[in-house]
Amino acid sequence: MSESPASPLTTADGVPLKVSLRRAVRRSKVKALLLVSPLLLFLIIAFVMPIFDMLWRSVDNPEVSAGLTRTVEALEGWDRQSLPDEHVFAALAADLQEGQEARNLGLLSSRLNYEQSGMRSAITRTARGLRTMEPPYKEALIEAHDNWGEVDTWKLIEREATPLTMSYYLMALDRQLTPDGEIVRAPENQRIHVNLFWRTFWMSGVITGLTLLLGYPIAFLLANLPLRHSNLLMILVLLPFWTSLLVRTTTWIAILQSQGVLNDVMVAIGVIADEARWQMIHNKTGTIVAMTHILLPFMILPLYSVMKTIPPSYMRAARSLGGRPFLCFRRVYFPLTIPGIAAGGILVFILSIGYYITPALVGGQSGRFITNYIAYHMQTSLNWGLAAAIASILLFVVIIFYLVFNRLIGVDKVKLG
Amino acid sequence: MKLQGNHKRAVRRTLALAVASASVVGLSSMAQAQQTLNIVSWGGAYSMSQQEAYHEPWMEKTGDEIVNIDRSANALAGLRAQSQAGNVTWDLVDMLPADAMIACAEGLIEPLDHDELLADAPDGTPPSEDFVDGALGECFVASIVYSNIVAFNSEMFPEDNQPSTIKDVFDLENYPGQRALMRRPINNLEWALIADGVDRDDVYDMLETEEGIQRAFAKLDTIKDNVIWWEEGAQPPQLLADQEVAFASAYNGRIFDAMVSEDQPFEIIWDAQVFELDGWVVPTGKLDKVRDYLYFATDTQRLADQAQYISYGPARMSSSDMVSTHAEAGIDMMPHMPTYPPNFATAIQKDDEFWADYSDELSQRFDAWLAQ
Amino acid sequence: MAIPSYATRGERIWHYVFLGICALIFLFLVGPLLIIIPLSFNAQPYFTFSQKMLTLDPEGFSLRWYQDFFTSRAWLNAIKNSFIIGIASTILATVLGTIAALGLSSRNMPARGVIMALLISPMIVPLIISAAAMFFFFSKVNLAQTYLGVILAHTALGIPFVVITVTATLSSFDTTLIRAAHSLGANPTRTFFKVVLPLVTPGVVSGALFAFITSFDEVVVVLFIAGPEQRTMPIQMWSGIREQISPTILAVATMLVLLSMLMLTTLELLRRRGERMRGLTPG
Repeated sequence: MSESPASPLTTADGVPLKVSLRRAVRRSKVKALLLVSPLLLFLIIAFVMPIFDMLWRSVDNPEVSAGLTRTVEALEGWDRQSLPDEHVFAALAADLQEGQEARNLGLLSSRLNYEQSGMRSAITRTARGLRTMEPPYKEALIEAHDNWGEVDTWKLIEREATPLTMSYYLMALDRQLTPDGEIVRAPENQRIHVNLFWRTFWMSGVITGLTLLLGYPIAFLLANLPLRHSNLLMILVLLPFWTSLLVRTTTWIAILQSQGVLNDVMVAIGVIADEARWQMIHNKTGTIVAMTHILLPFMILPLYSVMKTIPPSYMRAARSLGGRPFLCFRRVYFPLTIPGIAAGGILVFILSIGYYITPALVGGQSGRFITNYIAYHMQTSLNWGLAAAIASILLFVVIIFYLVFNRLIGVDKVKLG
Repeated sequence: MKLQGNHKRAVRRTLALAVASASVVGLSSMAQAQQTLNIVSWGGAYSMSQQEAYHEPWMEKTGDEIVNIDRSANALAGLRAQSQAGNVTWDLVDMLPADAMIACAEGLIEPLDHDELLADAPDGTPPSEDFVDGALGECFVASIVYSNIVAFNSEMFPEDNQPSTIKDVFDLENYPGQRALMRRPINNLEWALIADGVDRDDVYDMLETEEGIQRAFAKLDTIKDNVIWWEEGAQPPQLLADQEVAFASAYNGRIFDAMVSEDQPFEIIWDAQVFELDGWVVPTGKLDKVRDYLYFATDTQRLADQAQYISYGPARMSSSDMVSTHAEAGIDMMPHMPTYPPNFATAIQKDDEFWADYSDELSQRFDAWLAQ
Repeated sequence: MAIPSYATRGERIWHYVFLGICALIFLFLVGPLLIIIPLSFNAQPYFTFSQKMLTLDPEGFSLRWYQDFFTSRAWLNAIKNSFIIGIASTILATVLGTIAALGLSSRNMPARGVIMALLISPMIVPLIISAAAMFFFFSKVNLAQTYLGVILAHTALGIPFVVITVTATLSSFDTTLIRAAHSLGANPTRTFFKVVLPLVTPGVVSGALFAFITSFDEVVVVLFIAGPEQRTMPIQMWSGIREQISPTILAVATMLVLLSMLMLTTLELLRRRGERMRGLTPG
């Protein structure tokens, strides 16, 4: 190695500095990754895989192809115009016979019943009668249940024999497939989910607006008081934040119900008559009031952290230049707080559209969110595919807002407490 | 295929035990090590009645421990999840026959050979003849007959104008006040049609037609603004007691309980009661474990004993004759039973097959109607 | 927030109106939490103040709902479960989260943004969605209705809080202190225990507190994946509120409000300690 001035710098052991630095950086990269990897692995197993499993479930469609293997095979080449031939009916009889013996017709019949009411009993009743049935099966099966004599039933079976289905998403969006495979809106008296999505969004919008309205003055006050005082007042903001969600919901029940504290006070001071107590709970009002209260700290904290960084001298300068107080506020102070408004607004909105507990307890019929229907389909109607589809749509909306939030503010800037 | 294997094993076990004859059943309970039975039921007054009539005597007799799990309302979801996980922790489940039909078709619960598994009546009548119609399903054995009724708070109407028929529930003019109804189409659609003049034998035929459904919803529309919708069985007695509502649909046992133990001024409208059965199912693979208990808890004496604590009719005819007085209040239980002839005259049997087919669609329609 | 000397009369009035509005908002924030405390001592099974309570007649007050609570096997069992699940998931989340935060705060962490977004996601994904997803998945792998399943689920939910608080502490950590310690002759172990740990501990502890309260307060996931053996306090409250709302719930609520006050005080002390140690004194 020559001693020319252009020669690269080296470390004490003679390795060029660049290489050595690169090595050090790589080592530290690997070290950082190793430190993060246990947690990453844990979250992938305990959280990410379940989410993907749910997404899969919203399109997974094994029931018909597994339960009616022979029938589906026999239907190949069917003209889709007239009733299928005897061999298809015979295949159906064989499939049902096998299903009856294995006692696994339940999932198949539920699956088809989602698409067309009456299919559950068509299958169970037919399967029960199979023992005494004789060929030709075509007549015998149609005798057992009318549905087998309809071309649409066969079109349905053929359509749902695919391993993947869109039908849960269609149901979640109040759409359905005609027997010929066109997507149409569900009959008006069965549309429910789309309205609920909209209701969830606009009520969350109202809640976000209210938290902003109430949170802005508080954040302003906290940011402009000397620390000694603001720390004390901050506790008043953090106390509800740290208190159990169920406790806060319970207190609103105690306050708002018709025999509750607020109505009692109103009756006592003569604002309303005893018979005309306000209905403030088990409706939209209940959900909005309770959720505004619960989510208010999530608005105040980001607003506060932004306002804290605005030097008071800006307002003073604006005033000294002759601006009227309101104008100064609107033109100078307010624009500076917009990042805080965006952060708080998106945070509150995301949290709000995913709330389940509070709407379920104080929302009654009109204050219900789409989340309540996820629970309903999970636990009561047992249509897990539909539950998964609704949840996936909601997840998609949340992820979009989350990405916007991340782009605007950055998740790592989130501060707690 | 796994289900099939289980099923075969269960059949084999059943056969083996059949050979061993029924007398062994009595002996085996003594020889057996003490065990813990996880029994799923509905909670509240109903679980209490089971505790008094079945669980306490059984625990005393065998030293077994019985754990009550109040999950019957979501029993089907729970059974599915447990069977999917291959980790069934429930040993015996109290559920409705409609759910039992579905669970049975999915292979979640054991098929039952009733004459083999259950006790004869004291006079030797086999179970298949002793239980009331519809009480023995493929995988199901009923223990009670209960009823969905509408009750009212008698203090909220003048003495000379007390409601008495289901029509009165839909008559806001003569019987003003709020109504509390269950937030599900079941029962409400039936009552709406009957109040609209449909004969009770034609109700389910009507509901299979579009006009019938529209007619039912149109009738419900007339009271919609005056309805509070409830979701938990404990709510209707509470709402009636607080006079938040004048009428409430409810399970008859809950209303009875409030009348007797809390002395509430409630009256039941027995007109057009929708009755249904409720009873036991055995999760797949648990038959051997609960065989003895099931034999004990469904015998004539136990079913009659339960009727001392709650006003649900026993599902065995031989028990009906033994129904006497309430264990604490000492009142005659018979007139409070859904199966008491004067109460039963206009009763409707809930059509499980109809609801198995249409509950998805009608629930959705019902929700859409509520949201309008 | 002093009134500037140049304020006009209108501004002065507005200043007091503004303070009044703020006071009302604070009342809205805290009032509901305070109102249940006296209500929980109601001798009557009602949710409102009885005549006797308003006249401060001692007969109007009683401890019967607290007695109800402490003699109920269901409630005591629920408390026990809540603590078992809460403590186990807090330990797991804190250990995993702190180690990961050490990596994340390294300047050379690759794909930092993506990984951070992933680690925070359990906080952002609505609980009902996590609950549904975990229910489906845990049922398949035999974890539904087990303590382990609930603990793993709550660990996942608590992790974002640990990661956020600990990385925040580490980012404000002045690395020159380590070099200073070295130059003064401390070996790395000694440096870690004497310099790094005391400075980082407040962040780790407050992260752990967040993780604990997340688990302790969580209903939705437990509602879906827990079996009857894992019934926790929030579940007990949930079914109490839905079925028959008795003042026992208010007694529980009162105790929980006191618990959150305790937690908050601890956190505040930790924060002050952290600031003091970093040489920033509160004004």
